[in-house]
Amino acid sequence: MNSQLLSLAIWIPILGAVPVFAAGSERRCLVRWLALAVAVAGFLVTIPLYTRFDITQSGMQFVEQVPWITRFNVQYFLGVDGISMPFILLNSFITVMVVLAGWEVIEEKQAQYMGAFLVMSGLMNGIFSALDGVLFYVFFEASLIPMYIIIGVWGGPNRVYAALKFFLYTLLGSLLMLVALLWLFLESGGSFNILDWHQLPIGTKPQILIFIAFLVSFAVKVPMWPVHTWLPDAHVEAPTGGSVVLAAIALKLGAYGFVRFSLPIVPDASHYLAPMMITLSLIAVVYIGFVALVQTDMKKLIAYSSISHMGFVTLGFFIFNQIGVEGALIQMISHGFISAAMFLCVGVMYDRMHSRMIADYGGVVNTMPKFAALFVFFAMSNSGLPATSGFVGEFMVILGAIKTNFWLGFAAATTLILGAAYTLWMIKRVVFGAVGNDHVATLEDIGAREFLVLGLLAASVLAMGLYPFPFTEVMHASVDNLLKHVAVSKL
Amino acid sequence: MLNNFVMPDLYPAAPEIFLLLMSFLVLFVDLIFGATHRWMAAMLTVVTLLGCAALTLVTSDGQTTLTFSNMFVDDLLSDFLKLLTYFAVTMMLIYGRQYMADRGLDKGEFYLLVLYATLGMMVMISAANFLTMYLGLELMSLSLYGLVAIDRDNSRCTEAAMKYFVLGALASGLLLYGMSMIYGATGSLELGGVAQALYQGHSEKAVLVLGLVFLVAGVAFKLGLVPFHMWIPDVYHGAPTAVTMFIGSAPKLAAFAMALRLLVYGLFGLAVDWQKMLLIMAVLSIGLGNLAAIAQSNIKRMLAYSAISHMGYMVLGLMSGLVGGQVDPFTAVNAYSSALYYTVAYVLMSLGAFGMVILLSRAGYEAENLEDFKGLNKRSPWFAAVMLIIMFSMAGIPFFVGFFAKFAVLLAAIKAGYTAVAVIAVMFSLVGAFYYLRVVKLMYFDAPVDSAPITAGIDLRVLLSLNGAAVAAFGLFPDALMLVCTTTLMRSL
Repeated sequence: MNSQLLSLAIWIPILGAVPVFAAGSERRCLVRWLALAVAVAGFLVTIPLYTRFDITQSGMQFVEQVPWITRFNVQYFLGVDGISMPFILLNSFITVMVVLAGWEVIEEKQAQYMGAFLVMSGLMNGIFSALDGVLFYVFFEASLIPMYIIIGVWGGPNRVYAALKFFLYTLLGSLLMLVALLWLFLESGGSFNILDWHQLPIGTKPQILIFIAFLVSFAVKVPMWPVHTWLPDAHVEAPTGGSVVLAAIALKLGAYGFVRFSLPIVPDASHYLAPMMITLSLIAVVYIGFVALVQTDMKKLIAYSSISHMGFVTLGFFIFNQIGVEGALIQMISHGFISAAMFLCVGVMYDRMHSRMIADYGGVVNTMPKFAALFVFFAMSNSGLPATSGFVGEFMVILGAIKTNFWLGFAAATTLILGAAYTLWMIKRVVFGAVGNDHVATLEDIGAREFLVLGLLAASVLAMGLYPFPFTEVMHASVDNLLKHVAVSKL
Repeated sequence: MLNNFVMPDLYPAAPEIFLLLMSFLVLFVDLIFGATHRWMAAMLTVVTLLGCAALTLVTSDGQTTLTFSNMFVDDLLSDFLKLLTYFAVTMMLIYGRQYMADRGLDKGEFYLLVLYATLGMMVMISAANFLTMYLGLELMSLSLYGLVAIDRDNSRCTEAAMKYFVLGALASGLLLYGMSMIYGATGSLELGGVAQALYQGHSEKAVLVLGLVFLVAGVAFKLGLVPFHMWIPDVYHGAPTAVTMFIGSAPKLAAFAMALRLLVYGLFGLAVDWQKMLLIMAVLSIGLGNLAAIAQSNIKRMLAYSAISHMGYMVLGLMSGLVGGQVDPFTAVNAYSSALYYTVAYVLMSLGAFGMVILLSRAGYEAENLEDFKGLNKRSPWFAAVMLIIMFSMAGIPFFVGFFAKFAVLLAAIKAGYTAVAVIAVMFSLVGAFYYLRVVKLMYFDAPVDSAPITAGIDLRVLLSLNGAAVAAFGLFPDALMLVCTTTLMRSL
């Protein structure tokens, strides 16, 4: 099955950003519609990836393989399996949402804003579909540039600090990964092909070193405790769109890296260090859950909630059973929808009140009933209410954890209480109760554009919660294959 | 006596001879028309460089030809480096045209000194003998000292020129001393002869290594490696920006050629020794260059320290040719071509970065502080994007050429077993990212302090845009340039 779909998914948004930049910030109407057209086109080309996907196959599909740098045997090698394919759809979908969310809100340099998000979207599709180590790294690193600009130009008062912290933290990790990639290239006798690396036998000590190099890189991106501190800063300062892309997609890159690199390339080190990974994950789930409870800033609260939820993902990966890994992947997709929606909800309120502080709100339901309904719905799914997508992933991971060790599952399950506590407590203080102050009393309910964005996300969350089968079925074969591969020692 | 005289084959040296003859023409033309038609000298200089490029291309046959009693070599490497030198010099002349004219510095001497410096570099690039090497080096250096001092009423310029001259003369002395030691030990001034003597192994090791130390010190001075880097920040800062751009670009190619010819062609037998010296200097340069650059508020000084660190990265490739005492041509070509690639990539980025400084300067105003870049995105989104590309490329972020340059040298270093050094190098590139990002921050996140419109001429604008585009294009399609570098070295070693 040879097709150019993946290339299109990568390059339509990136090249489409060129006319958006060229249109200039003066012609705002043109810029918006152009950006929307590009984003929608970018999403439409990804749909065949799902409809034409062969679920019985565990290998790579839609493969494109062209030499890129012959000098180092680097290839422009793209392909997706059941693990990576859903993220390309998710990413392209979220980009459409982001363009819509920035429709009227962004007043300054809208062309650059839209263009940066489109470039970002293309680069992230590249990360999810790259099967060549250098190609992956190049996309991985290049995606920092638009995000740095997005946070720094359209961010809050402390944006410069947050942007720099974001950039340097992530760069720190990825530079170590670069050394690991170069080492693997030499060790494998001159190949940057990730699939070749999956088959490469490696000794114990190098395995552990490579695992650590990858870990630093991906743990920062996930982010795992204790290298998570850049995330709350970045989220708080980033504009709404930036937070959405960060939470929905960028965080998934780290977790995806574990599945694509760490587990299959160094399975023995993964098993050996699994207790450490599980511990770190549980700290993220439980401790960060408590941290979220005491936040006074809504964006910060959701940021900590994201870290806690991503702890679930890493936990799912490192218990090495089918239901755990699949649950983690489902959790990643679901969190993509929910966190995006939560940040958009905060953005909706911020656009009206210019405050993210919980204390500045109260009784929003009285003035914004439509919005309140959606916000409460997303909050419920964030805390893992059954019949929403938030429940499916968490439930599967907890089930997987209990299979391994009851107390592990028990500890993980505390998130159901903690998550509900911090999310619903925030909802209680912001949405319910009497009208808090005069500003809240004058709020206007959401317009058609905002309703469309939140409504689409709500529909996705609900659909995934009620009937997750279409998502699990595509990843089943690939996950099965991955676990079989990981179970075999490479020593 | 005359019977022994054999007319040397002048054909391989045709570009040098052409340049020398043309420089007389420039001198005459400027003498006669200089007062009224300054552009004639400028035009003639560019024509000379283009003519040299044409001659170099015509005389290039891919063969290694020695002439002038084996003192002068014409091979693919020399042709490639010379072409790049003409390119860099021409770019500098066009970038700097308006800048020099605004300051009344575009005198006839400027063009002549540029031509003679170029001639010096060409001789260095083609040197096959210690004396030719020294001759070229001195011709280049003396012209450069003059160029730095061209704004002679400016005390900062003259001070920089003085420092450059004193330290440069010291370095030349060290180099010459080292050459004499090697000559004493091997009995040959020819690089080939030295290599052969080392291969036979009859020479006194102690004398050789002592000479080598001086030789490496001289090379390191020209490359600007720590601890021989002192002159770089002051000279970069003090010289007029167009001259800084000149010093920061083409001479790096010549210095690379010098390092390669002396160390690899001549003294490969001592590779184990000089690789260790280069290793120490590389790590120090990367570390100190990146750390010191953070503290700079003047962009020319910042780029000077950045140049030091970049040369450190380049040396990572140069020191990785010989692994475990085993001569493996494939590994050697890999390593040296990665260093060559790094140098070429650096020259391209350096031209662009100084081009941006020139772009923002105007008559009576030097935009050399970092502050001058504030809010550039509001003044000119296009050139802010060009600078963004150059800065990220220098920081080693893909998809730009700087990333692949770092990639190539790191790979060479890891292949040679210097994994720990590679880790240190990438960690310092994280430090480096900080100050490059600061420039991006100033351009994009801050409000402009200087809202004067950018008045640069159309030639500068077009060329600078192309320069930025090239940095991006060589990053998206790095293959061609890498293959050229590899093939060149493979056929010249």
